[in-house]
Amino acid sequence: MSGLAVRVRAGEPSEAAAHRGLLAWVASVDHKQIGIMYMLSVLLFFALGGVEALLIRIQLAVPNNHLLDPDTFNQIFTMHGTTMIFLVVMPMLAGMSIYAIPLMIGARDVAFPRLNAMSFWLQLFGGILLYFSFFAGGAPNAGWFSYAPLSEPAYSFSNGLTYWVLALTCLGISSIAGAINMIVTIITLRVPGQTIRRLPLFVWMTLVNSFLILMALPVLNGALMLLLVDRLLNAHVFTPAFGGSALLWQHYFWGFGHPEVYIMILPAFGMISEVIPVFSGKPIYGYGFVAASTVAIAFLSFTVWAHHMFAVGMGHVYDLFFVFTSMAIAVPTGVKIFNWTVTLYHGRIRFTTSMMFALSFIVMFTIGGLTGVSFAVIPIDWQLTDTYYLVAHFHYVLFGGTALAIFAGLYYWFPKISGRMLDERIGRWHFWLTVSGLNLTFFLMHPLGMMGMPRRVYTYPDLPGWAILNMLSTIGAFVLLASVLVFLWNIYRSLTAGAIAGDNPWDAWTLEWATSSPPPPENFALVPPVNGRRPLWDLKYPDRADERVEAALEG
Amino acid sequence: MPKAKLAVSLFILSEANFFLLLIIAYVFYHSYPGAGPTAATALNPLRTGLFSILLFASSATMIMAAAGYRARAHRATLWWLLATVMLGALFLCGQALEYAGLYQRGIAVNRNLFATTFFTLTGFHGLHVFIGLVAIAIVAGLAATRRLVGSEREADAFEAVGIYWHFVDAVWVVIFSIVYLWAIL
Repeated sequence: MSGLAVRVRAGEPSEAAAHRGLLAWVASVDHKQIGIMYMLSVLLFFALGGVEALLIRIQLAVPNNHLLDPDTFNQIFTMHGTTMIFLVVMPMLAGMSIYAIPLMIGARDVAFPRLNAMSFWLQLFGGILLYFSFFAGGAPNAGWFSYAPLSEPAYSFSNGLTYWVLALTCLGISSIAGAINMIVTIITLRVPGQTIRRLPLFVWMTLVNSFLILMALPVLNGALMLLLVDRLLNAHVFTPAFGGSALLWQHYFWGFGHPEVYIMILPAFGMISEVIPVFSGKPIYGYGFVAASTVAIAFLSFTVWAHHMFAVGMGHVYDLFFVFTSMAIAVPTGVKIFNWTVTLYHGRIRFTTSMMFALSFIVMFTIGGLTGVSFAVIPIDWQLTDTYYLVAHFHYVLFGGTALAIFAGLYYWFPKISGRMLDERIGRWHFWLTVSGLNLTFFLMHPLGMMGMPRRVYTYPDLPGWAILNMLSTIGAFVLLASVLVFLWNIYRSLTAGAIAGDNPWDAWTLEWATSSPPPPENFALVPPVNGRRPLWDLKYPDRADERVEAALEG
Repeated sequence: MPKAKLAVSLFILSEANFFLLLIIAYVFYHSYPGAGPTAATALNPLRTGLFSILLFASSATMIMAAAGYRARAHRATLWWLLATVMLGALFLCGQALEYAGLYQRGIAVNRNLFATTFFTLTGFHGLHVFIGLVAIAIVAGLAATRRLVGSEREADAFEAVGIYWHFVDAVWVVIFSIVYLWAIL
């Protein structure tokens, strides 16, 4: 490639190269090392959140179970939700973006490497702060959205909620700093030729997602500060008994909380939009639509928050507004499903583990999306809100959606990160265990919710049908445990004895595959020219380069 | 595009949202503050208005400092930066006086919902002023020890500090209008 290649735009010089051993990691400002540290911290918190999930399912396996007392159960499900959202999904997506995006845009590093390191360490500190609450009198116990006045000191006596507020503030600042870093990196450090219309879709989605983080997280931080004033300075912003408004907290929280849902799914859309075209041997169908619909989702996501609050009784006109916007946001999301499906059409599909996770994502996420739309229908919402149907819905979105996409992305990028392939045979086991465990655990929660089982109860009476569905769901959770263990075994085995990957094992076409696996500290010596959306394809098949094909089609 | 300017612009976009939330809380409880002090009975818009003029003036001196920096007149830059720090510090003194006066009259943060939202909103603004002063003081320190070199990166950082300072000022225009001017309407 030497004759055609262009130089990289320099980021800040790497300072960590001088250190060795553990210090080379702790003192690192290299985006690849920081990205890997993000993912390793996720492993720790995923284990903790997973144990909490299993405790919940063990407790609910049989009726009238008193293994956990109610207060412990409250702490466990609060920590499970908070952990999975703020310490697993968000940092995992952040870590993958931080690792992959400078490589995908042909840059040496992110725009502000030291700020990047601050984001990571603040994230880790926030996680430790949250878990320290267990040793400081009890974990937070008001659910992941900490509704007031339950979250006020009059109802939540331990310091757990205060730790929750402080930890989430750290995590919020970390996410905002990370989002600023990503946007500046993508805008200023792209290799020449990579115009905004030629950006890989994962980069596009991360860009839009970063703006969402930038706008949504300060809403949470503002609400958290007011809650902190309530808790520590005896104020009453959210306590109705003293003239405050509990509803204000709900508006604030979901003003953050609904964009947050998209913050957790847009990068997943991005990964799917990389994996499916590569393993279909075709460019994505309707690139412009995929990108533009993402922008539409970002805008609409700020107008739908109160669909979490239909049961509050806001009044008919307000309700109808949020019904309309919530139905509308399903349209740009649905558009993407069509884009991915049509990309498969007439493709030369390679059923790698990564591709199988991506395909199952389309199906599972669609189930979660449809149950989501069903909640936009007010009578259904009134009937099913705060039941296990809701739990089923958001686990199909976050496990069936985001987690499957993350697995697709990990199988896709692991060879780049480690230099070795993940084992495909063990990968099959991982895939089938995950998909069957996921459906066994969460699908049965739909009928359970329709039969009236409320969420967040620590036990339940022996009503007809409840015991068997709960028991099967608990068995499903243990199948998921098995799938995770298989995955960890796969990583361990592949790191020690996996096949050597080479630069571009998937015959993919974005820039990260142009450098060695793993990439050198400076990422690239030279970057290939970018004349289209698929630079490595153009280089490998000059006679079938995208430019030429498009010109031929137009001519 | 200059990196630091872009980053700080994105940062103030996020900060604007943060302040919007606190302003909504203030406005929301303006009509239902509960028993006790209100903006009309507790605040002294004239005195705070005078201190506000100092803060607004500090934006002007920051612009002069930037002009001096661009003209490579390092002495003038230093003096304008020091003037900015001085004006900003005086504004914070005014806020401290105001808080002390309120506290003496028994108006603390948990007195009623007016007091809570008032102290939270203006307190977070004061914190932002303080952070801005630290940033400007660092630049002034570089200027005083003749370590401003005039590189592209440095100019970018200089302007970024200026953007942040003007933002802090602009937020106060909104807060002053909503909290103090609304009180005397």
